[in-house]
Amino acid sequence: MVVKAPLVAKKAQAGQFIILRIDEQGERIPLTIADYNGKKGTVTIIFMEVGKTTKQLGTLNVGDKILNFVGPLGVPSEIEKYGTVVCIGGGVGIAPLYPVIRALKQAGNNVISILGARNEKLLMLEKEIEEYSDEFHICTDDGSKGTKGFVSNVLQNLIDDGKKIDVVWAIGPVIMMKVVADLTRKYDIKTIVSLNPIMVDGTGMCGGCRVSVGNETKFACVDGPEFDGHLVDFDNLMLRNRRFICEEDEACKCAGVEI
Amino acid sequence: MAVKKEKYPMPEQDPKKRIKNFDEVPYGYDEQTAIEEAKRCLQCKNKPCINGCPVEIDIPDFIKHIAEGDFDKAIDVLKSKTSLPAVCGRVCPYENQCEGECTLLKIGDPVGIGRLERFLADYERKKGVKIPKIAKSTGKKVAVVGAGPAGLTCAGDLAKMGHKVTIYEALHEPGGVLMYGIPEFRLPKEIVKAEVDYISKLGVDINYDVVVGKTISVDDLIKDVDAIFIGTGAGLPRWLRIPGENLDGVYSANEFLTRVNMMKAYLFPDYDTPVKIGKVVATFGAGNVAMDCARTALRLGAEKSYIIYRRSDKEMPARAEEIHHANEEGVIFKLLTNPTRFIGDDKGILKEVECIKMELGEPDDSGRRRPVPVKGSEFKIKIDTALVAIGQSPNPLIPQSVKDLKIGKWGNIETDEDGRTNIPYIFAGGDIATGAATVILAMGAGKKAARAIDEYLKLKK
Ligand SMILES: Cc1cc2nc3c(=O)[nH]c(=O)nc-3n(C[C@H](O)[C@H](O)[C@H](O)COP(=O)(O)OP(=O)(O)OC[C@H]3O[C@@H](n4cnc5c(N)ncnc54)[C@H](O)[C@@H]3O)c2cc1C
Ligand code: FES
Repeated sequence: MVVKAPLVAKKAQAGQFIILRIDEQGERIPLTIADYNGKKGTVTIIFMEVGKTTKQLGTLNVGDKILNFVGPLGVPSEIEKYGTVVCIGGGVGIAPLYPVIRALKQAGNNVISILGARNEKLLMLEKEIEEYSDEFHICTDDGSKGTKGFVSNVLQNLIDDGKKIDVVWAIGPVIMMKVVADLTRKYDIKTIVSLNPIMVDGTGMCGGCRVSVGNETKFACVDGPEFDGHLVDFDNLMLRNRRFICEEDEACKCAGVEI
Repeated sequence: MAVKKEKYPMPEQDPKKRIKNFDEVPYGYDEQTAIEEAKRCLQCKNKPCINGCPVEIDIPDFIKHIAEGDFDKAIDVLKSKTSLPAVCGRVCPYENQCEGECTLLKIGDPVGIGRLERFLADYERKKGVKIPKIAKSTGKKVAVVGAGPAGLTCAGDLAKMGHKVTIYEALHEPGGVLMYGIPEFRLPKEIVKAEVDYISKLGVDINYDVVVGKTISVDDLIKDVDAIFIGTGAGLPRWLRIPGENLDGVYSANEFLTRVNMMKAYLFPDYDTPVKIGKVVATFGAGNVAMDCARTALRLGAEKSYIIYRRSDKEMPARAEEIHHANEEGVIFKLLTNPTRFIGDDKGILKEVECIKMELGEPDDSGRRRPVPVKGSEFKIKIDTALVAIGQSPNPLIPQSVKDLKIGKWGNIETDEDGRTNIPYIFAGGDIATGAATVILAMGAGKKAARAIDEYLKLKK
């Protein structure tokens, strides 16, 4: 979805996110920025319809308005020339990974991209990402496209092949980022992950987005969303992301949307 | 005629009923009661109450007009010093301010100055607020960051002086803590909105959803304006720093109150934002924020709501009225008690808090007796939700994003008495400068800064 938000578009950088509220009764939800165009004043967001707000977002038509749209929030990705960078995107994590890949390539890195999803239909931005990748892999859980298996299998193969990897960037479901971080820890490869906790304000005011990183409490909205994957307590993040599961179901039921 | 020793009571909602709704607790004085209460004032020559008022309202003067039944004159006196009387008349800690200096304390209750202030503001709002004269446009522009009491007051005063003011607010609503922090039953949001309307009518523009330092930088702003006022408040929640604080069920007071007040979680599922609290809620801390949490929890259906505080009742920082109301509503106070860890089940859901008993030792830096743990006195309380309300620090976003801006040791922006920072065109005030304080101090800081900005703009040709 392309949103006209000139102020946000002007400042947006890879790795940042926005918070939106569709209408007066709406919840504030964070979404990572998938693309931006400062000249046109637009920001692209890609989302999976998983709850009340994203379902409702999916029903909007061209020309409709979103009541509140604030950003860009969070610290931008630290883009520099690392050498060889493996960029791993899983599911909707592929969208926010795209600007990172582009920026890394433009900074002169050798970029190896691995995209993964449950099935072919859930893959996205393959062409765009391939364009900025020196090496490009696809895998799906069911084998409907690319190799059958998980992104971590592909990464393991690269490592086994003796590829020298300087940094790994992983954005996707928490469990995927955890598996990738556990793998790279063994080989001591620096790994950056982008976290997606539940947020409210996005300005560091509520602490609802807190995550445990290296045994310190950090606020993902202002200190992140990207952190050193080897220091993140993923189990705590998964647990905190389940905080309102029952309520989300109820909100969907009341609104008559199916999940 | 002897002066009546007690304040005229303000009618209130019955505690048993009110813990089931979010409507305001006290109803306020009617005209006759206000006049009677005003007549209790001795009209002391030396006006001690004014010394207790951070913005130096001429209290005996406005009270005299009320006693004479001339409410309009009374409002003029009040409004010459405060721009948010309906708010301050509800949330000021009068007992430590004006009412704490009242001569009547020698024989009984002080004059109900707060109640009279509230009465006047409500009277005026019902009648329709007069828009004051605005000075001729000066052609100067000022950006105000943050729409809390400090920012709103500064903006309003600058607009009256003829400057063009634009407010930038990070959230989707104005009011700062007045909107997201203080609950509806204590400060109806309609009242905050009316005060903001008034500021808008003075010609102030408010831009929402703009996080200064992210969406737009202070350096960008200054390209278009002549001066900047920063009133971004003390938004950063403090933690207990004990094990288990990240379990499911532990909230900062800010998250809990924001969900309920600003996002209207009490109307879930009509509103989309949820909050869940279970049956037993424990709030840590004993300031206004803590009382707000504990009382909100009752209204959301908690069967038991505890205040857990490491000092004794004498040190509780909340306003007397809040503690009184919390008591009436059945909040359970566990004083001289400090949490040591939160305990969850195998799914990471909060189940218990372990606490230790405390006793008071020698006075500490704050002059209050330091609480010390009693060895071996640990005990556990079963709880479903923990609300951490032990204070907030200044919001670090702007201090971190402006190069060379002088920052104090608590991360606050350093200013002089009038809100000047070390950068000539940047002014600041309210909680961002002082650390978490009060509405009236934030408002006072906004007023002083407006004067200092006006001076600066006059010099800067
Ligand atoms: C629950 C609670 C109860 C309280 N009860 C009382 C009481 O009974 N009596 C009393 O006197 N005081 C009380 N206080 C304290 C009082 O509310 C504050 O001292 C006062 O609101 C401070 O005003 P302020 O304008 O400095 O900041 P705030 O009210 O915090 O407003 C700051 C505003 O700036 C915005 N902002 C922050 N960063 C940015 C940015 N980068 N860009 C744009 N905007 C930004 C925020 O969103 C906010 O709207 C209470 C506080 C709380 C939390
Ligand atoms: S979302 Fe509230 S502090 Fe991060």
